[in-house]
Amino acid sequence: MRGLRLIPANIELAFISKKTIFFAFSITLILASIGTFINNGLNYGIDFKGGIMLEIRTPKAADLGAMRQSLGSLGLGEVSLQEFGEPTEVLIHIQRQDGGEDAQQAAVKKAKSVLGVGVEYRRTEFVGPKVSDELFWDGVLAVGLAIISILVYIWFRFEWQFGMGAVVALSHDVISTIGIFALLGFEFNLSTVAAVLTIAGYSINDTVVVFDRVRENLRKYKKMPLPELLNNSINQTLSRTVITSLTTLLALLALYFLGGSVIRDFSFAMIWGIIVGTYSSICVAVPLLLYLNINRRGALVGETDDKAVTETS
Amino acid sequence: MVYFAKWKIIAILLVCMFGVLFAAPNFFSDKFAATLPDWVPHKQVSLGLDLRGGSHLLLEVEVDAVIREQLDALVDEVRVELRKAKIRYSGLGLNHTTGVKVTIRDIGKAEQARELLRKLDPDTTTSRNGANILIERSEQANRDRRSEAMSQSVEIIRIRIDPAGTKEITVQRQGDNRILVQVPGIENPEDLKRLIGKVAKMTFHLTDPQSGNLDPTRPAPAGSRWLPLKVRSGSNAQPRMVLVKKRIMVSGEDLTDARPGFDQRSGQPVVNFRFNTRGAKKFGAVTAKNVGRPFAIVLDGEVLSDPVIREAILGGSGQISGSFTVQETNDLALLLRAGALPAPILILEERSVGPGLGADSIAAGKFASIVGMVLVVVFMVVGYGRFGAMADIALVFNVFLILAALSTFQATLTLPGIAGIVLTIGMAVDANVLIFERIREEVRGGRTPMSAIDTGYSRALTTIIDANVTTLIAAVLLYIFGSGPIRGFAVTLAIGILTSMFTSVMLTRLIVVTWLRRTQPKELPI
Repeated sequence: MRGLRLIPANIELAFISKKTIFFAFSITLILASIGTFINNGLNYGIDFKGGIMLEIRTPKAADLGAMRQSLGSLGLGEVSLQEFGEPTEVLIHIQRQDGGEDAQQAAVKKAKSVLGVGVEYRRTEFVGPKVSDELFWDGVLAVGLAIISILVYIWFRFEWQFGMGAVVALSHDVISTIGIFALLGFEFNLSTVAAVLTIAGYSINDTVVVFDRVRENLRKYKKMPLPELLNNSINQTLSRTVITSLTTLLALLALYFLGGSVIRDFSFAMIWGIIVGTYSSICVAVPLLLYLNINRRGALVGETDDKAVTETS
Repeated sequence: MVYFAKWKIIAILLVCMFGVLFAAPNFFSDKFAATLPDWVPHKQVSLGLDLRGGSHLLLEVEVDAVIREQLDALVDEVRVELRKAKIRYSGLGLNHTTGVKVTIRDIGKAEQARELLRKLDPDTTTSRNGANILIERSEQANRDRRSEAMSQSVEIIRIRIDPAGTKEITVQRQGDNRILVQVPGIENPEDLKRLIGKVAKMTFHLTDPQSGNLDPTRPAPAGSRWLPLKVRSGSNAQPRMVLVKKRIMVSGEDLTDARPGFDQRSGQPVVNFRFNTRGAKKFGAVTAKNVGRPFAIVLDGEVLSDPVIREAILGGSGQISGSFTVQETNDLALLLRAGALPAPILILEERSVGPGLGADSIAAGKFASIVGMVLVVVFMVVGYGRFGAMADIALVFNVFLILAALSTFQATLTLPGIAGIVLTIGMAVDANVLIFERIREEVRGGRTPMSAIDTGYSRALTTIIDANVTTLIAAVLLYIFGSGPIRGFAVTLAIGILTSMFTSVMLTRLIVVTWLRRTQPKELPI
């Protein structure tokens, strides 16, 4: 039994010559993301903003209006309710209370007292001001450090030009993920940061595979013009890139649709990340190498044919 | 590369076998797994609180209150000492939050005073500048005291939550002043918070005889203070104010036991308590002298009750009655038995998941993993035919190995952790995709099947390592900076990367090579 070829073996799509379109698209995407972020801001979850979140299940379909009214009359500030998956399930957000940590606890108690009996508390989460600040900065630090350490690793394994290309692609993915969250108003919380970091890892994974091929081809074909060489490298790895992205997407789609409402946003972030990550590896990271002045004499001297490389492995 | 040393084959097969063996308990029910003898693997994956239901609380102990309390006590001692020596002074009080200062009126006696005060507390340094004396506690002593307060708090909280010591709870000190509490399977987190949040410092005081005649809105006379009397919970009535002497008759430290019960005559819920010998003696002496006067039982600044002393209480045991519910007497007895916390506690963060949501999450997670896996398996067979099927075998072993690693190291599986496994299922085949694509290329380049597979594996290896190390970096950072469930994600992601490198590189190669030897194909079906 032979495998089906999704991508024909001799595929020769022109990626590098369309680089202007890709760059224009990516720059627009980044600017739009930053713009949306500045304009809309992120819908921070209680992890970063502090506050209270209750997920409840009512015996009968929940009367959101009545709940909103009774919770609203408590003077707890901004209270938001939304149906969560089913009509009997409600997600309640209560803003961070003025005053110290004790005020938050008091608010939880008050809210629970008006929601009445017969309500199942499926989740009670509350994050005080101290912890939310720490979590926020830990998140920023984690994403920042991830980008830096990946840069260092790529620099160490390849050359600095590749590191730059990879980090630009990576930042592209991270920024556009933040942008889509700002645009859609999805909750941005600790799991989203985890998703962003995983996206970073995945995006680099993709980039590294193509870069690896570029490096190999640089050694093999010393005379080939760089644009052609880059384009060949992309095409040679295209089948792998597409198939891996598809298997990962399949697994994530299963998680998105079947994994339950608690991790739906998390799965969404990853799905988005895989799509932009795949795009950016091919259409941003590789074409960028054209402008980064790759040192073509860096390849092993004299080993211009295929055989020499084979023997090193 | 096509040649496999015997020991390598055995090692690979052994790893796979152990993987299945150690993952196996997870496919049985808990009860069955518990009956397994010790010599077979019987550990199941330990589920995080978000999956099994439970409460996670991050507490902060206000340890500086302990230091402050000690300084306040020192001020009192200085006052007593100087009065005893008949040295006149002024400006006695705290110096910032670190020491006590006092000015001696007669500068001639300042040195004598300094000598006296130096002996009060061995952990202090005393300095004199003219008539001004400064007593400061050493930084080391403060550190020790804070640390002691933390250990006490951890111990007391543990007893309060789990008096029998049988539950699977975590009470863990974190950093200088924080405590992490994790209690699985709790139905109502409010119960838990009620038990943790109270300092539960109980003291017995005499009440001021003028209590009924004075206006509670005016400042209390020296040596006394106004405290509210507990009202029945749920009632909105304005509490009556009681004028209580500041001096402590007996403190809760001298209690040896406290049990909830009911008053024999009224049937009201009460707490019965017993003092130790020292407490009994003090209590006996004070009550003997003050028959007919009311005294106050004070808990954390609230008067629980202010009964009149009918006769001297010499037996060392007594009863606290007040406007209690049965729940409250149960709590109070437990709190008194566990002892008072050295300092007030704040709840910084709470994450509680009810058992219903936990069970739903497990079911959804399992279902999503299985569907995701089936999709990937089918896709690989469609994409790479027989080779795809070989990669699928490796994928199945990969899942066994992840489960085995999680069970053996007792790493906590969280909901994001399940997501990590699903993601790894998707990404694990990546290594095989890389290898197979490479083999296809080599075949097109005109190599024989044997040599194509050989170069395919060896050339793809560096790429696989580079690609996986970067994801591993992200996982490690997630572990360092993440908390709770997110750490669970980092753990499964990291384990998944490592096991998938093994299964998709070593195991598939063994399978492919074995197949190659058996069939000796002229052409590769890839």
